[in-house]
Amino acid sequence: MTTTTDAQIGQKSQGILKLERRRRITMGVLFLAAAVFIWLVFATDVEPGVETRFMMNPGGGSAEAADWVFQSLPYLNMIAGILGLLGAFQIIRGFGKYTYGVLALVAILFIFGFLTWATAGGQTNLAGLLRVMVVRAVPLTLGAMSGILCERGGIINIAIEGMMLTSAFVSTVFASLFNSLIVGLLAGIIAGGLMGLIHAWLSIKYKINQIISGTVINIFATGITSYLSSKYIQKVEFQYLNEPGMFPQINVPVLSKIPFIGPILFSHNMYVFAMFFFVILLTFMLFKTRWGLRLRSVGEHPKAADTLGINVHRTQYMAVILGGMMAGFGGTYFSLGSSGRFDEVMTAGRGFIGLAAMIFGNWHPVGSMGAGLLFGFFDSLSAKASLLQVPLPSEFIGMAPYLATIIVLAGVIGRGHAPAAEGEPYEKE
Amino acid sequence: MEKTTENKKKSLSIFWDEFSRSNFLVIILAIFTGILLGGVLVAITTNEVYAAFRESIWSGLGAALRTAWNTYVALFTGSVGNPERIGLAFASGDQLAIRRAINPFFESLVQSTPYIFGGLAVALGFRAGLFNIGVEGQIFIGAATGVWAGYAIIGLPTIIHIPLAMLFGALGGALWGFIPGLLKAKTGAHEVITTIMMNYIAFRLVDWLLKFPMKDPNEFTPKTPWILETAKLPRLFDTPIRFHIGFFIAILMAVVVYYLLFKTTWGFELRMVGSNPNAARYAGVKITKTTILAMVLSGALAGMAGANEVLGVNYRLLPAFSSGYGFDSIALALLGKTHPLGVILSSLLFGFLRNGARSMQLAVGVPIDIVSILQAVILAFIAAPAIIRTIYRLRESKHKEDLVSLRSWKG
Repeated sequence: MTTTTDAQIGQKSQGILKLERRRRITMGVLFLAAAVFIWLVFATDVEPGVETRFMMNPGGGSAEAADWVFQSLPYLNMIAGILGLLGAFQIIRGFGKYTYGVLALVAILFIFGFLTWATAGGQTNLAGLLRVMVVRAVPLTLGAMSGILCERGGIINIAIEGMMLTSAFVSTVFASLFNSLIVGLLAGIIAGGLMGLIHAWLSIKYKINQIISGTVINIFATGITSYLSSKYIQKVEFQYLNEPGMFPQINVPVLSKIPFIGPILFSHNMYVFAMFFFVILLTFMLFKTRWGLRLRSVGEHPKAADTLGINVHRTQYMAVILGGMMAGFGGTYFSLGSSGRFDEVMTAGRGFIGLAAMIFGNWHPVGSMGAGLLFGFFDSLSAKASLLQVPLPSEFIGMAPYLATIIVLAGVIGRGHAPAAEGEPYEKE
Repeated sequence: MEKTTENKKKSLSIFWDEFSRSNFLVIILAIFTGILLGGVLVAITTNEVYAAFRESIWSGLGAALRTAWNTYVALFTGSVGNPERIGLAFASGDQLAIRRAINPFFESLVQSTPYIFGGLAVALGFRAGLFNIGVEGQIFIGAATGVWAGYAIIGLPTIIHIPLAMLFGALGGALWGFIPGLLKAKTGAHEVITTIMMNYIAFRLVDWLLKFPMKDPNEFTPKTPWILETAKLPRLFDTPIRFHIGFFIAILMAVVVYYLLFKTTWGFELRMVGSNPNAARYAGVKITKTTILAMVLSGALAGMAGANEVLGVNYRLLPAFSSGYGFDSIALALLGKTHPLGVILSSLLFGFLRNGARSMQLAVGVPIDIVSILQAVILAFIAAPAIIRTIYRLRESKHKEDLVSLRSWKG
């Protein structure tokens, strides 16, 4: 008896090992491919002696921070070399638990190589690009964290988009009505929480398929916000309901004066700082507290959690409502943080991209922020595509994050990284 | 005598018993409740109702009822036609007046056609346990390939050109479905995420195609050239009726999908993979092949929706041409219980609603978005029959009421 189970366990772990090996090698090949790509496409296209000039001040000019000028070709060769070494090491030994950190490094190096090539013989405002990247990452990261909260508790949330849209609308109206950004912010968070409650109610109590429940919320949110918007706040006589104002920019004392880094990181409105704060808070809560352990156990193995006396359904309700509130907070960014008004369907799919950022970031807040920054970067770059030295249509730059998501999802993550009990309603026996 | 009445009573109660357990009743009640709630929403967002309530409760209630009633009357005449006007037109015998009077009905059918294609696409995916959120992107690609075949391939007779252009549309959509299908089958990448990503890639790709390779050089803004006369789907009536044979192609595709799913071995295998992949694997079904093929066919149907729009209605491709057909299709497929006949019925319902809502917006000032709200509410009720059963105190169904069986990200 024992021998067969041992053999079975052996077989199973062998299977897992094989899978691990395949994943390790895929990742390594991906790194090598990045190196070869830089070498064959970028380096061959650049004449020796051509210079790349990065401006290091978002507003332009070089008073606060001097321009960064360097020879394009040697830098490209160097980046390709580093990527090649990383890839080789990954294939032979593997970086183990640092793999994702190295993946982030590879992504940064590759993008740096791309920029070096695209700027060769001209100049690009690197600081401006990065500053916009941070701003664009905010709704994506907050959306991703809404997804993480729900999915760590075992409930799939594709309704982030709808939750954000609802909150953007509600916060606009309340902020305008009470002439207070804080009231608007709170109203938006509560609206998001209510949408979360509906999602939880449909998918936990009525056990609707969670993807369908999310679709219902998305359609409903689009419908109701557009309906009320064209019925009221887009009309002249109700214009006063669509003037919420915006959170002001905060320049952090001392830190915002640091050249290059200051304007990129420390001179924004409160949403950017809130993003960093929530990423740290959620990471700590999920992985260092009893609360997080319980939440994760419900997402991984609800039956075991139940046996240990955790109220599975209550935990899930809490997770989804908190997730809704997080999406609600993210939704207020659109109205109170970026445009100062509400427009129909103004979230424009950011909630879905947040979902992708969550998966890209492996259901981890820090990883999701990394993915959010990556997507934000391409967003920021495609807006400036015409300023680059290479004839690359902005549409194709805009596609890059989606292609990258597909490649990473297919090649690196594949099956098995999501919380194990996700998507299945839990029934107490 | 007494016995027969008792028997009758008994048989009636048995009938009611069976009927109240049936899914059909739930659907009817879901639609009814949705429309009722829509009426409430319209009433509470109308100023006159509040003014009437200030006078007295009864006049307020009357105003609320009147507002909701007027809205739905406007919706009805907008989608089917004004009976009075139709009668007058027929009495006068003026051909143009008749066509104008019956136009709303046919316009609703035109509106329903892409829904049928899209709904079938989503339904086919659901049957295989796949959630194709990528219908919107597949529609874009299908429209682009279809319109290209419509204007770039010259010198063909109509009888060949139309099927060829539709085929191009189907192939474009099929390619866009093939990629997520392949990734799902080979690597386990979940199709919900990959198809969402493929949507965004499609939007940008079509934007680019319209700006550069496919742009009509005579136009200032990004538009494709007009398609050739030989590629236009024939219209059955003169202007202003836009009703074209695309509707019949859609019905034909529904029949084909029905036959495929329920009358062929392959369809059986597909449904088996959808409802129980492990059982299917033990029975020797090739899951990889079935998954890929299901996504390809689903994409092809969606592509035909796009081709149908450019070949039958617009005759050229403009930026942002689809008004969310893909996302509506998800709701329609679920509303139709992922059955081809159900899809046709739900597509007709929402085609009529959407078309009617447009004239309703003009007539009584109720925004067209009310249709999305109805859609969401009805869908929620149908997905959770327990809500309807609780409201109307119906009995539990004997059958399991799972709408679809979808798996989570793990695949």
